Amino acid sequence: MAQPAGAPTGQQPYSNGPVQNQLMHSPDGQGYSPAVPGSYSHQMPAKVPPHQSSGQYSYSGSQNVSQLNNYQGPGQTLNRPPVAAFSGSPVQQPGPVPQGLLPVLQNSAAVSSAGSFPPGASPPVLSNWQYSQPPVSQPLGAQTSPLAGVPGTGSAQPPSSLPGSTNPAGSYQYAASPGAPLLQNSYMKPGSAPPPVTQPLTPLHPPRPPLGPPPVGGSPRPSTAVAGPPSAQFLQKSAANQEGDAMPAASDGSVVQNSYDAIEGGGLMAAPHYSPAAPNLKMNRSVGYSYPALPPGYQHTSPPGAPGMNASALQYPDGSKHFHQPAMGTNHLTASMGGLSLQQEGLRPVNLLQERNILPTTLLKAPVPNLHEDIQKLNCNPELFRCTLTNIPQTQALLNKAKLPLGLLLHPFKDLSQLPVVTSSIIVRCRSCRTYINPFVSFLDQRRWKCNLCYRVNDVPEEFLYNPVTRVYGEPHKRPEVQNATIEFMAPSEYMLRPPQPPVYLFVFDVSHNAIETGYLDTVCQTLLDNLDSLPGNTRTKIGFITFDSTIHFYGLQEGLSQPQMLIVSDIEDVFIPMPENLLVNLNENKELIQDLLKTLPQMFTKSLETQSALGPALQAAFKLMSPTGGRITVFQTQLPSVGMGALKSREEPNQRATAKDIHLTPSTDFYKKLALDCSGQQVAVDLFLLSGQYSDLASLGCISRYSAGSVYYYQSYHRKHNPVQVEKLQKELKRYLTRKIGFEAVMRIRCTKGLSIHTFHGNFFVRSTDLLSLPNVNPDAGYAVQMSVEESLTDMQVVSFQSALLYTSSKGERRIRVHTMCLPVVTTLSDVYLGADVQAITGLLANMAVDRSVSATLSDARDALVNAVIDSLAAYRSSVLSIQQPGLTAPYSLRLFPLYILALLKQKAFQTGTNTRLDERIFTMCQVKNQPLVYLMLMTHPSLYKVDNLTDEVMFLWIGKNCGQGFITQVLGVPNYGSIPQNMTHLPELETAESIRTRAFISWLREQRPFFPILYIIKDESPLKSSFLQNMIEDRTESALSYYEFLLHIQQQVNK
Amino acid sequence: MPIITLSDLECDYINARSCCSKLNKWVVPEVIGHAVVTVLMLISLHWFIFLLNLPVATWNIYRYIMVPSGNMGVFDPTEIHNRGQLKSHMKEAMIKLGFHLLCFFMYLYSMILALIND
Repeated sequence: MAQPAGAPTGQQPYSNGPVQNQLMHSPDGQGYSPAVPGSYSHQMPAKVPPHQSSGQYSYSGSQNVSQLNNYQGPGQTLNRPPVAAFSGSPVQQPGPVPQGLLPVLQNSAAVSSAGSFPPGASPPVLSNWQYSQPPVSQPLGAQTSPLAGVPGTGSAQPPSSLPGSTNPAGSYQYAASPGAPLLQNSYMKPGSAPPPVTQPLTPLHPPRPPLGPPPVGGSPRPSTAVAGPPSAQFLQKSAANQEGDAMPAASDGSVVQNSYDAIEGGGLMAAPHYSPAAPNLKMNRSVGYSYPALPPGYQHTSPPGAPGMNASALQYPDGSKHFHQPAMGTNHLTASMGGLSLQQEGLRPVNLLQERNILPTTLLKAPVPNLHEDIQKLNCNPELFRCTLTNIPQTQALLNKAKLPLGLLLHPFKDLSQLPVVTSSIIVRCRSCRTYINPFVSFLDQRRWKCNLCYRVNDVPEEFLYNPVTRVYGEPHKRPEVQNATIEFMAPSEYMLRPPQPPVYLFVFDVSHNAIETGYLDTVCQTLLDNLDSLPGNTRTKIGFITFDSTIHFYGLQEGLSQPQMLIVSDIEDVFIPMPENLLVNLNENKELIQDLLKTLPQMFTKSLETQSALGPALQAAFKLMSPTGGRITVFQTQLPSVGMGALKSREEPNQRATAKDIHLTPSTDFYKKLALDCSGQQVAVDLFLLSGQYSDLASLGCISRYSAGSVYYYQSYHRKHNPVQVEKLQKELKRYLTRKIGFEAVMRIRCTKGLSIHTFHGNFFVRSTDLLSLPNVNPDAGYAVQMSVEESLTDMQVVSFQSALLYTSSKGERRIRVHTMCLPVVTTLSDVYLGADVQAITGLLANMAVDRSVSATLSDARDALVNAVIDSLAAYRSSVLSIQQPGLTAPYSLRLFPLYILALLKQKAFQTGTNTRLDERIFTMCQVKNQPLVYLMLMTHPSLYKVDNLTDEVMFLWIGKNCGQGFITQVLGVPNYGSIPQNMTHLPELETAESIRTRAFISWLREQRPFFPILYIIKDESPLKSSFLQNMIEDRTESALSYYEFLLHIQQQVNK
Repeated sequence: MPIITLSDLECDYINARSCCSKLNKWVVPEVIGHAVVTVLMLISLHWFIFLLNLPVATWNIYRYIMVPSGNMGVFDPTEIHNRGQLKSHMKEAMIKLGFHLLCFFMYLYSMILALIND
């Protein structure tokens, strides 16, 4: 590595230094010295690193945390204090590591910082960076910090009260050679450094007990207050290792914290960064002995403003995560060892049969692309934009060899807590490919920039030379557009085909006898009534209602009427709209009338005996009503449509569910698809709420939402009285649905560097032309995926970029463009491709592909394809990357979870075999696979298991084992003993005990994390729901599916063939 | 004709919806027309030409029959951009173009031959 000029003798500057992965880093970065940012010209001179070198070593004890955030607003980036250098990317801190053994006195602060990342943070996936720490040890260290704290380095202690200091040289230090044996012991030898906390007080963490009751007291709990043995043990691990590196553990707790965040990458700034002490302590209190499994950030019970974003930021304080291992009863040691691998060992082969406990103890993070830190710092948040291979193979041949899918997963309209918005008279775009200017373009000189997608050289417009943020003229490369990978533009009138539409909401209710029977109207009308004021919109908001059974009823709501006027159209063959101007009315001007209607609606049809349902004609009517403006149609349907256009016949035969062929996953008619395309053309989206006990052919009905970019909600066996949990779920989800952000008349285009091309799209939308997705509505809970191929080889390219641009009309009537840009390195060797594999993204993309496959071929084909994906990639890895053939099943470190995830997919409702999945349920899950962002998809596929209570997603399960502690039962569940726990308990009583409050807070925290509302089931050993719970125990064997170990053996057999 | 429409689509001149409806209109006439020609050849005992036409006619019918129930015809606007469908349609159209050219000259030749023989 090049030695930056300012570096103290003999050592790597950790701040700005090029801390590239030695193996992979492109040469360009090397010569870069912090003082001369511009010097590396071809890589991306566009952005000057916001931090200057000056600040390198000055960490004040204070938290600099906020700047850590990689993605935030311009202000943030620009104002970053010098310290930011550390924060920008994980790479930096470890900088010194390679040289590991150097005396690092002056660096001590920095070093220590690395050491003590707060727990939870651990980016297990950072595999690209050589020095990332093993997730396991790191959290512990952090935790323990208060105690261990000060050991070696009293002097270094920052005045700040942060206890975090102790873990002296962070765990990352182990520069152990890649080949190092995984034994923990090997690291233990005490180093020269002042042995901080090192004494291994306790033996290794005991293997996690199977689903039993939470380990009471005795087991390691993340307490910080006292130097708990557990913590010590971990510490020792980290400490010992680092000692080897002879780091004088100086520690500055505060610094540590900050740096940590940076690593996390997700720590979007804003999250309140407490001093480590505070959270930890707090946590202790709340967590108590018996709940080691609380998720990170548990203590922040207040709702995280932007669920996704904050989530990451919230994580650090908790060491407890550490216990959340779905694998029951597995060996903890191996797990931690798995995490110990060095960065270089991203490639380290993992023998899956031997190392069984490979799950990270914290949330799995997206791998960080191996880019120069300055570029990486500007790169798009992986939650918004993620690629299955963070190292893009140079040629299609290489891609084929790797047997991994190449694709992008997007969550473009995610709620962001901070988003730079640019209001500018001009929007600078490439003249030939129309790419928006972004941080990865290069400025040839002040007046010209080179597009990073098509390489055309463009002029910089005069106005662009002025930087509105710094008010300096002549700094185009410092404008927010060039400093933020995620940015929103206010679009001028060229981006409008017509004046921005007002928000228009139309509700279509099924009021046939069956529908009234379920009683859903009460819930929906009440929820609507409650949220009428919080519907996104402005003074132009319009609203309308239609109900239908075998006829269609319209409601005139025009001003001047004393009560809503109902108009019945019984001609369902040729639907016409009576008085179109009075059916959709301004919400604000007619609010009273609307409220009136909503109050009376549930009672109006109670006597109805009409059992037919004319959904098709009702949708046609709704479409006609909406087509002049566009907007959103919300349909509530409770049965199979039976009359008029679009009538369907029941196709499900329960007896044949088992035979995975012959199930009807394809729509039976193209009526809904055609109508959806008509809707799409008129900027109308249809959202379907299906509340049905019987088969309703969601495969056909779902098309209406799928192609009009709507969303589908399914409440199986909804009934007001018989199924009260579904009522609550509907209420909560409907509230979220009504109040979430919405974008109208949207289109999205995904561009990528010349040479790559997108060939398949997944998600709810209509692909209008080659790369233009038509999205009549876009909502923050929708995710998209695309598959790509390498059309021309990417020779001579260091990096490739992807850009998604979403043009939409906000509910306030503004036309806006949200642009995300991501930049990834190109590699030429197979091992590098494996190194950068993002296992979650791959799983997500494969799930999408499998849905397509099961629709176009059969379910069993899709299942085979999934298994083959694992076999092929591991076989390819074995034959072309591994030099030494070892027995067993080896996977690259980055793909170590691949078989597990695929097994989880196979056991998921969408793809499982067996008779217990209803067709509609299966199809609904498939819709979700297609439409959910990756984060939620992964939750659905591989649910998190927490110790306190076992909660999975979508539905939560609280498992009460037979031998559950008596204390828990009385204090949380509020019943005297195990026997008296009711069979179908779905709520936790609100007791005043500390445990109860804590548990409930935890559950509500979990719920806030997701846009859908999970139902909580409390399950006893003998409960009938037991099987649904066990279904989620991915690694266990079930009647129809293999256990994880069996699955591995199967794969091994195939791979070695 | 299909080639022009498909390449229009490729270049974004028209959107998938109109492209597909344009093309789907011609699928049935093509199937019928080709089947009729093939049968006529069989009846008139032109074995060679019959055998030449048979695979293409079979393919046309097969393609028509195998359209999944929910799709809007052989060309489905929602899927045409996926999985390289556009390319395979294009390739198919090219092959057919070649075939029809060949047939055209063959029929022309046969016609002239027939006229001369008369």
